[in-house]
Amino acid sequence: MSTLRLEDIGKSFGNFAAVSEVNLEFPHGKFICLLGPSGCGKTTLLRLIAGLEQPTTGQIKLDGKDLTAVPAHQREFGMVFQSLALFPHLTVGENISYGLRIRGTEKPGCRQRAQELLELVRLPGVIDRQISQLSGGQRQRVAIARALALNPKLFLLDEPLSALDAKLREAMQVELRQLQQRLGISTIVVTHDQREAMTMADIVVIMDHGKVQQVGSPLETYRNPANAFIADFIGITNLLGAVWHPPSTVTVGDITVRIANPPANIPNGAPVKLSVRPEDVHVRPAGEVGVNRLPGTVTFIRDLGSSVEITVECFGQRLLAVTTPRERLNTRVGAPVSVELPENSIVVLKS
Amino acid sequence: MTPQPPRGLRDYVAILYPAFMLGVFFVVPFAIMIAVSFFRRNELTFYEPAFVLSNYARLFTTFFGKSFVFSILLSALVGVLVVIVAFPFTYLLTRLRRRTQVFYLVFILSVLSLSEVIIGFTWSTLLSATAGISNLLVFMGLLDQPQAWTPSLTALVVGLSYLGFPYTVLVLYPALSRLDPELPEASRMLGASPLRTFFLVVIPVMRSSIISALIMVFVFNLGAYVLPQVLGRPEHWTLSVLITDQAIFQSNMPFAAAMAIVLMVLSLMLVAVTLVLGQERSSQR
Repeated sequence: MSTLRLEDIGKSFGNFAAVSEVNLEFPHGKFICLLGPSGCGKTTLLRLIAGLEQPTTGQIKLDGKDLTAVPAHQREFGMVFQSLALFPHLTVGENISYGLRIRGTEKPGCRQRAQELLELVRLPGVIDRQISQLSGGQRQRVAIARALALNPKLFLLDEPLSALDAKLREAMQVELRQLQQRLGISTIVVTHDQREAMTMADIVVIMDHGKVQQVGSPLETYRNPANAFIADFIGITNLLGAVWHPPSTVTVGDITVRIANPPANIPNGAPVKLSVRPEDVHVRPAGEVGVNRLPGTVTFIRDLGSSVEITVECFGQRLLAVTTPRERLNTRVGAPVSVELPENSIVVLKS
Repeated sequence: MTPQPPRGLRDYVAILYPAFMLGVFFVVPFAIMIAVSFFRRNELTFYEPAFVLSNYARLFTTFFGKSFVFSILLSALVGVLVVIVAFPFTYLLTRLRRRTQVFYLVFILSVLSLSEVIIGFTWSTLLSATAGISNLLVFMGLLDQPQAWTPSLTALVVGLSYLGFPYTVLVLYPALSRLDPELPEASRMLGASPLRTFFLVVIPVMRSSIISALIMVFVFNLGAYVLPQVLGRPEHWTLSVLITDQAIFQSNMPFAAAMAIVLMVLSLMLVAVTLVLGQERSSQR
């Protein structure tokens, strides 16, 4: 079992706080994604866990043992770097067994382990090749095999798939997830791609400006974003300005909208943001009677074949609705419509 | 885009200029030197046209042979010493903050502005018994009385190394600053200490740069003729000193030319062997 705990971790470079006040606990065997826009501190946090950077404040503990002062080469973690960092002067097999050689394993043992790992990452028969003879996807697999060679307590990956083209990246995401589940190894991946995080992760840690914004399962962060930044970052969302009236209503323009999941600790009359996913917004014929209806005008229609995106302007704010061609309302640009916001799909966020 | 063969006068003018300069300043003087090396010495006119091999034959005497071997060994020794000192220095330099790096590089470049003569006499003062470092050591109680460390082989090696160091740093710096910092980090994550990482990853990855730095210092030292006279004893005089001596003081141009050509050809051969050995090792892998 290996439970990683980060206690009040902070890292400053000069006056710049790259990471601050990070308190996290990662249970054993989970696939964790550190997710955020570039410059949010996610890579720095991974490097702190790896031991490649020293934290300015706080402690890193593995199973209760303080690792903060343990140097990177004694932590026994495996890491896949963004540039992959395969050694160009060694063959594929020598790259994979590098860690074993450091520990004094004899050559036959090294070769056997390298073979095993190449089979594990489904890349047999390249053990004697040069790194320069491999394709991008093959290098990716070699880097993963090398990081797993020493049975690490923790498997760290820094934007590992960013160098691959879109199709290969999606295939590798699935494969990486399956590999992690087969080995049951605690894994932390840094990514800026929320789709990648949704595909692979058990737990998503969303970061911005060096701080953790939300921790939860991918679906939880999608359905229940903690703030407007997350709602906007995870997938596509509509953020509507509104005014909060306890216990369970908001006003948009002069329309009262009912809320199924009222937020806590927001005073009466405070401005709020409503997050509604485009797939939850329904466009109805103008004048149709019902609850949570906003009058609006169609400003743009994009028919993508498999789905239809309708942009509607309501009280000077733009709302995006995604629907299937079958449910599509027969409308056109400039026509008045009525927009339905189902009460259980609205998340109220502090403005 | 594939390069196209030059067409018309305009394309050829671009090639003509460097060809002309190379011809005037390199090919012609070199051809004259080759010709002179076969001429006969003449007391009145320095040399007269002839075709004799005696200039080359004289090189096979023990005196010149010894001097020749000494020059090659000295240059190789200094080359190895300088690279051993300069490579870790440059590696650590590239890991520093940008501004600190610029400060060090400016300092190193300023050392290059000193002439070989000034460096030679400065070291001979520093290593002398009257005003040198040994006086400081006596003052600190580490020595009983001041000692003269020059002229000696050690003084010569120190002086040549000092001269070659900044050039070596400048040759290694671009290659080392391009080294992906994730390579040594990957080695550390696989359990190698910083020292083992340096020997198992940094040095092998930088091998071709190290070899070119070695060759540069080696060739650079072969041409040194001021420092051996200032810091060395007569038995430490390199072939370059003897060439200067023959050409200027003995007025024996044909013999000087023959020595220069043999020195150049043999050192080029050594450089070629080093390069071939370096390439063979890398293609094996």
